Amino acid sequence: MGIINGLRPLEELFSRNDGYPTASSTIQANTERSVYELFKEVKDDQTVDQVKLDRDTHIEYVRNSLDGLNRYFVILDASKPWLCYWMFHSLDLLGYEIGSDLIKRGISTISKMQNKTGGFGGGPGQISHAAVTYAAINTLAILGTKEAYDLIDRDNLYKWFLKLKQPDGSFIMHEGGEVDIRGTYCVLSAATLTNLVTPELTAGTAEWIKRCQNFDGGIGGEPGIEGHGGYAFCGLASMEMMGKSDMLDIPLLLHWASSLQMQVEGGFQGRPNKLVDGCYSFWVGALFPVLEAILTRQRYKKNEPDEENLGYVAQSLFDREALQEYILIACQYPRGGLIDKPKRSPDHYHTCYCLSGLSTSQNHVIYDIEEEMEKGVTNPGARSLLWAEDIAGTFVIGDPENLVKATHPIHNITLPQVQKIIEYFYGNNIDSSK
Amino acid sequence: MSSYLEANWDDLTPVPQDDGPEPLAPISYEPEYVKAMDYFRAVALKDERSERALSLTEAIIKHNPAHYTVWHYRQQLLTSLNKDLYEELNFITDQVQNNPKNYQLWHHRQIIIEKLGDSSRELPFIEEVLSNDSKNYHAWTYRQWVIKTYNLWDGELSFVDKLLEDDVRNNSAWNQRYFVIFFNPTKPTEEVLAQEIQYAITKIMLAPNNISPWNYVKGIISKSNEQDISVLEELCKDFEKQDIISPHALGCLVDIYESRAKAGSTEDKELAIKKNSTIPYVTNIGTTGSKFCAPFNKDIYYERVGY
Repeated sequence: MGIINGLRPLEELFSRNDGYPTASSTIQANTERSVYELFKEVKDDQTVDQVKLDRDTHIEYVRNSLDGLNRYFVILDASKPWLCYWMFHSLDLLGYEIGSDLIKRGISTISKMQNKTGGFGGGPGQISHAAVTYAAINTLAILGTKEAYDLIDRDNLYKWFLKLKQPDGSFIMHEGGEVDIRGTYCVLSAATLTNLVTPELTAGTAEWIKRCQNFDGGIGGEPGIEGHGGYAFCGLASMEMMGKSDMLDIPLLLHWASSLQMQVEGGFQGRPNKLVDGCYSFWVGALFPVLEAILTRQRYKKNEPDEENLGYVAQSLFDREALQEYILIACQYPRGGLIDKPKRSPDHYHTCYCLSGLSTSQNHVIYDIEEEMEKGVTNPGARSLLWAEDIAGTFVIGDPENLVKATHPIHNITLPQVQKIIEYFYGNNIDSSK
Repeated sequence: MSSYLEANWDDLTPVPQDDGPEPLAPISYEPEYVKAMDYFRAVALKDERSERALSLTEAIIKHNPAHYTVWHYRQQLLTSLNKDLYEELNFITDQVQNNPKNYQLWHHRQIIIEKLGDSSRELPFIEEVLSNDSKNYHAWTYRQWVIKTYNLWDGELSFVDKLLEDDVRNNSAWNQRYFVIFFNPTKPTEEVLAQEIQYAITKIMLAPNNISPWNYVKGIISKSNEQDISVLEELCKDFEKQDIISPHALGCLVDIYESRAKAGSTEDKELAIKKNSTIPYVTNIGTTGSKFCAPFNKDIYYERVGY
């Protein structure tokens, strides 16, 4: 339904402070106002059907960055694989053809960050780190050639993963580093794509993630910590890779996730009573396709024989139109790149996750439950392959050319790139019934 | 601490960064950073544990506080050189002021405190950080670690009270409240839970559209012996009578009826569906499948999932 063409006038949507303003409600009101003004202009001019994704401008912003960044980027000097991933994934979503020269340079750049002791560092000569290893593997998956895949030293990668593993089932980010649920997701996603998931690797991990789910349904970085969109994504995606989603309180997680969509802005906040941020378009937005799959699976398992009741649980559990309005109207920076919220500057992180969220709201990506049920899938790679586009469910606001490529709700790379890398590393063993 | 530039580096051959040919996303580093990193690589290569190496790590961290490799090395240097770790705490305190959301700084502080075994400065330090940003995720994560590790539960509930007095919408403070009640080695009695329910209701009445105490009270109820969400029925109905619009209150009523319907009441099933249709759901969002309260319309959920 969306915000702009919704049933209620924009002015009725402002959140209520109940005559009891506090710091949170005051900054919330200011943020709503800034987005409202942008929406009102579009509504008054009746131009919502012409809203446009400035594809070329964003491509130029990202493409130029691949060639060089100014000195202020030194704060990301320990996150070079992230920069590569954010840029290549943005380009891929936008339909930019990544040519052989870029592929060659990409492989060479990432190769310099791989350590002989397993894993990838944030830059050449830096120690291995779970988050940048995830980014490096995703980058290589996007580059998508045999040479890119063969770069990965799987034997040592696996040994290093085990070094990160903690007795309680969690993972540290690097040797001597902090524990949090990002480590778990990053290890499991990279291990799933490269066929390195073993019972040894995942022992106790689902139990640990379950402890990270809070009383309000959200999932935090560690047990006891406040639920947070980014960490909730890590937790749910990890559970789904392991086939253990049922261990979570799914209805409560759905309640929490749904409550994070903002009533005026249409985008997501990362925690209750915090401000909207374009990056949660993916972190929270991508919870919904996974939740849809889980709800559908739960119903199949209940084995309700009534045929007409089968089929996918819902077209969508969030307002896909509203999210697109926020991203396209409030998060595009005129000179290229996407942003957190109005009046902010673009960066590659927000560009990547706004576009990933746009992809999640435009494309309806669903999970093939019937196939899973028939084959009895036990292998995380095979499970990741069961995600596919439901073309009839595609929904685009504004210019029809705004459609970006469909991203995988677990790994956040485009669907064909996931398929290719998994087929490469699993070969004939992908038949999951074994 | 003296600058690394004052040290003598003549004996060391700097090691440049090996980016390979035509690297992607190269950063135009400032010359000082390049110089410091070239020395750092040389130092790390021979695992040199020296004062000059320590001053070098400080210089790099000031350029890039997220340089986890350099932090890791610094930790080893502090131990090898037997440095005064209280001085290190002061260094971290300074750095956190400029980078309150940096993972490495907070983790480094944790490591230093573990070595010192002295947590006496920690709660005031975190309080100071929270006074600038009362929802700083890193600060709260670290605070929970300090409280759990050093058994500092005693004053925490009153600290949370104070924050909720300042801003009843501070969801981090509500989460901390739950943490204090349930992660404390002393398990809460039913009496404590009843008090918490009353506390949350008082806060809900201040601002019925504030989601945080609604989530909190339902969390508490789900942990109580009775697990009966009906204790909120009167509150929700009072709001209705007074024409106070709160989707949380309406959603809560839906959940109350739903829970009775599940116990077999057909009348309540009708009530749940009817009440659900009155929720002024915000963006016409599909649905949620909330166990308890849902601020959004559940029509689609009822239609497709059933209950």
